[in-house]
Amino acid sequence: MRSLIKHIVKRFAYSLFTIFLIATITFFLMNLVPGGPFLSEKNLSPQITEVMNDKYGLNEPVIIQYKNYMIKLAQGDLGVSIINKGRDINDIIYEKFLISAKVGFITIVLAITIGIAMGVVAAISKGKLVDRLLTIFSTLGMAVPNFVIATALLIIFGVKLRILPTYGLSSSAHFILPVLTLAFYPMAYIARLLRTTMLDVLDQDYIRTARSKGLSEFQVLVKHGLRNAITPIITYLGPMIAYILTGSFVVEKIFSIPGLGGEFIGSINGRDYPMIMGTTIFLATIMVSMNFIVDILYKVIDPRIELN
Amino acid sequence: MRKRKSILFLLLVIVICIFTACSTNENSEKTISVYVGSEPESIDPAYNQTVDGATLLIHAFEGLMTLDKDGKPMLGQAEKYSISDDGLTYTFTLRDDIKWSDGDPVKADDFIYAWKRAIEYKNATVYGYLFDVIVGAGDIYGGVEGVTMDDFGARAIDDKTIEITLIAPTPYFLELCAYPTYFPVREDIVEDNDSWTINPDTYITNGPYKLESWTHNSEMIYVKNENYYKYKDLGPDQIKFVLMTDANAVLAAFQNGDILFSDDMPNEEIDAWREKPEFNIEGELGTYYISFNTEKEPFDNFKVRQALSLAIDRNFIVEQIGRAGQQPAPAFIPTGLTDADVTKEFRDVGGDYYSVAKGDYEKNLREAKKLLAEAGYPEGKGFPKFEYMYNPEGSTHALIGQALQDMWKELGIECTLVDQEWNTFLQIRQDGNYQVARNGWGADYDDPITFIDMFLSNSGHNNSQWKNAEYDKIVNKIKNSFDTEERFELMHEAEDLLMQEAPIAPIFYYVDIFLKSEKLEGFYSSPLGFKYFMYSSVSK
Repeated sequence: MRSLIKHIVKRFAYSLFTIFLIATITFFLMNLVPGGPFLSEKNLSPQITEVMNDKYGLNEPVIIQYKNYMIKLAQGDLGVSIINKGRDINDIIYEKFLISAKVGFITIVLAITIGIAMGVVAAISKGKLVDRLLTIFSTLGMAVPNFVIATALLIIFGVKLRILPTYGLSSSAHFILPVLTLAFYPMAYIARLLRTTMLDVLDQDYIRTARSKGLSEFQVLVKHGLRNAITPIITYLGPMIAYILTGSFVVEKIFSIPGLGGEFIGSINGRDYPMIMGTTIFLATIMVSMNFIVDILYKVIDPRIELN
Repeated sequence: MRKRKSILFLLLVIVICIFTACSTNENSEKTISVYVGSEPESIDPAYNQTVDGATLLIHAFEGLMTLDKDGKPMLGQAEKYSISDDGLTYTFTLRDDIKWSDGDPVKADDFIYAWKRAIEYKNATVYGYLFDVIVGAGDIYGGVEGVTMDDFGARAIDDKTIEITLIAPTPYFLELCAYPTYFPVREDIVEDNDSWTINPDTYITNGPYKLESWTHNSEMIYVKNENYYKYKDLGPDQIKFVLMTDANAVLAAFQNGDILFSDDMPNEEIDAWREKPEFNIEGELGTYYISFNTEKEPFDNFKVRQALSLAIDRNFIVEQIGRAGQQPAPAFIPTGLTDADVTKEFRDVGGDYYSVAKGDYEKNLREAKKLLAEAGYPEGKGFPKFEYMYNPEGSTHALIGQALQDMWKELGIECTLVDQEWNTFLQIRQDGNYQVARNGWGADYDDPITFIDMFLSNSGHNNSQWKNAEYDKIVNKIKNSFDTEERFELMHEAEDLLMQEAPIAPIFYYVDIFLKSEKLEGFYSSPLGFKYFMYSSVSK
């Protein structure tokens, strides 16, 4: 138990340091990129650009800007957007994340349940037609990029059949197309991964033992098979959940979902410095946290794993 | 078994209900959904820079004047106006029955406050220069030392009367009074509150509609403003502006009837839609052109610039790449602007600087080769390889780049294509760190000077770095001219000089393409591309 707590504390410290490092690197890289938040097809006069730079503290040396930013960050303040005048970045991120997370959560549940079911079914019917069909499906799911899937779904269900709405999230039906699009890849990946590890596990002696004890096939598969086969899936789940929760730029753009992914890319294109920092730090935090949780989960699921 | 079947049946019914419920057309006489653009950067009249932002603003606010169906100014918040004989002093009287959306009366001070706010140097608005025609405004906006707000030539005489003194007679001043930057705002709402536009509760406006809700990056819902003096004449109860970003998604929404209007469509779809009744093309006051960096060799030689300009087959570009009915440009200032004699177009009076007739390309090319030889590069010999820079957004700029590359090869010169991400591109172009680059300009208001004064030596919009004292002198004369005839003569003179010196090569005049459902009636669009939905209706 003590070693577990020690491990958690150590991991936590690493995580914090990682986020700090990402924030620092992003800050300096971002300032190296040419361009600025006040550029548009109609150029501003140099005097006005000067006034704007003053207002947002962009005239200071980068190192001073960095110091000022970090002090505010330590207090949990991500600042105000330059492009979306007057909007608090904390508010924007909170609002957008709720939207992305809603879509993401449904996607994750769908991908995990169906992915696992498919993987198990494929494993136990190895070589049969079902297995082959599932293999084709998962290969397709992993090979076809999501913008192709999204556009295909949009054209079939939105434009030709006209049975599903194509933009926004104003009703539950609006979730169907984006969730399907997003779920394709992880579903296929989980199914494929699980099929492999499951086949491996099903060959083990302890499965034969379990069967000879007279356990039902279901018990053998779930309790002994799945539990042992799932560890690699957990490894994959961490980054996958982080990635999906925080929103996919492509899918958000195609289905006009006002989520965090779009905001992230938009902030970079518009050189909205505080917004770039805010979204980067937030995304990094989610990513690092998921890895942190997965790390702890390993131990819970598989006591054989050495903590170090 | 029967039970299970009935449950399945029930489920099926529910699913079908959900699907049909969401596919029913939301648009009715009461509500219309339209697309004019993605999430606006600002819906503050002083800070808006975009055409789609202006469309949102004209629904929420109204200036002293507003534009009618033909794009001509008509009385808005003003009941009447008078102009002094010398054309320098405008006196506006406000209507009695005008109110803000919270019920407070609209006062003359609200206009003056808004204007002063827009020209205040420290507020760093982009369009503050639109007030330059008013006495004092240019100096205040430019931050000239010793000039104060007291020097501003517009004031409120009483609650209902505004007096404005201009530097010179300005034929387009009434149009400016209908422009979003000239809209009034309320001091008690706006002062020291940067986020007043974000919250519908504090977005107090004086126009036909008011903002009811704003789901960022998703939709803005405007409802009729019951305090608007022409409330009874207004169209739909609700106008929903959907804020999308993907042109294909917008098209899909239009096709399945979710939106009745789309101000955008993917270029590659134009051919398929051209013959359909929903497809609309209107002229737009804008020019697509390329800038030569006149400070870099060999583009410091006007003969080189002229040669490169003449070698462009503009018909090929509009027919094969633009494909939307754009007009090949024989000059910089586009069609659609009137001349001193308002029955004539500025473009017709000014004429063509080179022929863009289809059969004349070979002739132009011969002339281009001659010019290039005169500049010291016969058949392109010795001409350094150079870069043509553009931004890759949309496919059009890249395709035009490739076409230019091919056309210039005819002269025996070679260029490489460089695409730069949008923001980087803007920085490089503004700093003059390029050789030849893509450019575009849309009119700020309905007068040729909006295309002319951008090439002043000290203008921030003069990407070509072209400096010409003679040109500056002409433009200054235009700005201080009291005589319409003379003013237009000078503007033609300025364009002559610009085209002769050729720091830029015009390629085509933009068109405004939009898709409009046949069911949507009473809609109109202004020459600057602002879309008016407030008097529209939906037929069955």
